[in-house]
Amino acid sequence: MSLMEILIIVVPSTLLWAAPLIFTALGGTFSERSGVVNIGLEGLMMIGAFTAIVFNLTFVHTFGNATPWIALIVAMVAGALFSLIHAVAAITFRADHTVSGVAINLLAAGLCMFLVKQIYGKGETAIISKGFNKIDIPVLKDIPIIGKIFFQNTYWTSFLAVIIALIAWYIIFKTPFGLRLRSVGEHPMAADTMGINVTKMRYLGVIISGALGGIGGAIYAQSIANNFSHATISGQGFMALAAMIFGKWNPLGALGAGIFFGFAQSISIIGSSLPFLKDIPNVYLLIAPYVLTILVLTGFIGRAEAPKADGTHYIKGSR
Amino acid sequence: MSKRLSGIITPIIAVLLGIIVGTIIMLVCGYNPISAYTALWNGAFGQVYYFGEVVRQVTPYILAGLAVAFAFRVGLFNIGVEGQFIVGWLASVWVGVSFDLPKIIHLPLAIIAAILAGALWAYIPGILKARLRVHEVIVTIMMNYIALHVSNYLIKNVMTNHKDRTGMIKDSASLRSDWLQSMTDYSRLHWGIIIAIVCCFIMWFLLERTTKGFELRAVGFNQDAAQYAGMNVNRNIILSMVISGAFAGLAGAMDGLGTFGYITVKNGFTGVGFDGIAIALLGGNSALGVFFAAILFGALKVGALNMPLEAGVPNELVDIIIALIVFFVASSYIIRVALNRFGKKDVK
Repeated sequence: MSLMEILIIVVPSTLLWAAPLIFTALGGTFSERSGVVNIGLEGLMMIGAFTAIVFNLTFVHTFGNATPWIALIVAMVAGALFSLIHAVAAITFRADHTVSGVAINLLAAGLCMFLVKQIYGKGETAIISKGFNKIDIPVLKDIPIIGKIFFQNTYWTSFLAVIIALIAWYIIFKTPFGLRLRSVGEHPMAADTMGINVTKMRYLGVIISGALGGIGGAIYAQSIANNFSHATISGQGFMALAAMIFGKWNPLGALGAGIFFGFAQSISIIGSSLPFLKDIPNVYLLIAPYVLTILVLTGFIGRAEAPKADGTHYIKGSR
Repeated sequence: MSKRLSGIITPIIAVLLGIIVGTIIMLVCGYNPISAYTALWNGAFGQVYYFGEVVRQVTPYILAGLAVAFAFRVGLFNIGVEGQFIVGWLASVWVGVSFDLPKIIHLPLAIIAAILAGALWAYIPGILKARLRVHEVIVTIMMNYIALHVSNYLIKNVMTNHKDRTGMIKDSASLRSDWLQSMTDYSRLHWGIIIAIVCCFIMWFLLERTTKGFELRAVGFNQDAAQYAGMNVNRNIILSMVISGAFAGLAGAMDGLGTFGYITVKNGFTGVGFDGIAIALLGGNSALGVFFAAILFGALKVGALNMPLEAGVPNELVDIIIALIVFFVASSYIIRVALNRFGKKDVK
């Protein structure tokens, strides 16, 4: 098997697995940049996946080929609404961010399965008939070599993820909104003194993370899982959290980490069909994202620093 | 309102709010809440078999709750109880199947193996926190997944020949008791509950009645003050994580040596570790509180299994209620504000 053939298999598969991670990790970045720790990414993805699948199954005859895309938007809204619970608890009710995030995960898991059983009368939904399909990107697919590796047999959602990551980087680092978002995450009191509404910025950070997490879940559900059961989202959200940290709370870092973790995940599944990779026990690939995240936190691979005020409450008037 | 009183009232209000919201969800979805809660009660206490199963479920819950609570008291958040639980389970089964010893040696050996495995798994985040100031929440989450995948690999490739389940542990390592089982209409009740109750006492004694416990609590209240008073903060951080992990590993042994007697390849987490967080929070991180919270959650979880049969309500409703309880306990600030306002009005 030549290198070219291997790349043609590996690259599209990597991008497929990376897209949900990138979206969700970007969501985590927005939330944590505003100073709210979001362990609830897993739950937000679950809500997104559940909403997308239910919408897709219900309205596939109405919307036809556009169904997965509309489901994506509906999942985004659902994720944003659900993340409000986390925002209210962590910002207004001054709950411990981590505890509230755990509650979000437990609640999402319980609620989604409860509703699946209530709607469908069994523990899993049917398989959707119209998910995201493999496509060849027009024009770009004709570029020699690169076109074949990157732009054939791939998914629109993967490229959307890359574009959104670039936009997120621009928003966070190059716009007034991004500056305000970062300032309330680094030093809320200073930001408040300058007339920035800390509560509002933090709410926005969490809601954006809910929206992006919802999209991440919807992409995973409609391109990889194709139905919803208790095991549809199992650890994707925590892996996205890892990608956010591995990417050092930077959207471009999250993009890179998302692609790398996507690579590890896809290799652990298709690796057995590739020459020199089939001898490596699967377990190393499965744990690679988590081990690397611990290493980057300890400073062995470049130090990762969280936003200064991450996980703290801002109480006006207190020092 | 006194701090002590609000410390008791807040969790009770949280539980009530959780049940109320759960009722609203049932009404919205067109279920009958009264028959659902009746089924829940019958499923937990209606027959002696169910009661045995509740106690069986409470056993690992107490230990998982103690694990989370112990770390909390020292100011650490151990989300890794799930991972420590899995490695403890694996270690106990491993010792249980691979040795042939008299019971008096074999059973303690299997239990100690689980304790050591859990403690080791928690030692890593502990030392990273103490030496490098790495946040323990993230490391323990990552360690959960490493535990899951590594234990699956070991079960498949080392302990068995590509099977999804290990063999049964030897009788000499088992916590099971024919007497307890026959008393409860052949539920899976085992001796572990005694160990769990003893551990509640150990945790209380260690924290409240020993010098070391005073140091650990001092570190939890204020690290700088503890340092200034001459206590070794770093060593106490590591110690608390190790003890927390030991409780979690022991919880794994309860399932490994008592309930199941084997370990299977897992697609996802067991949930015991995450429920432990809920139990510790609801129990106010005290040994006695954890004990009662574990009974509540054990009864809810086991009773829930009867809800689809008797009332046609999906048992996930209980998961929703547990999540809501966590949410309301976490938001206890707002409950306290409401209580205070309420109290003041009474005075006027």
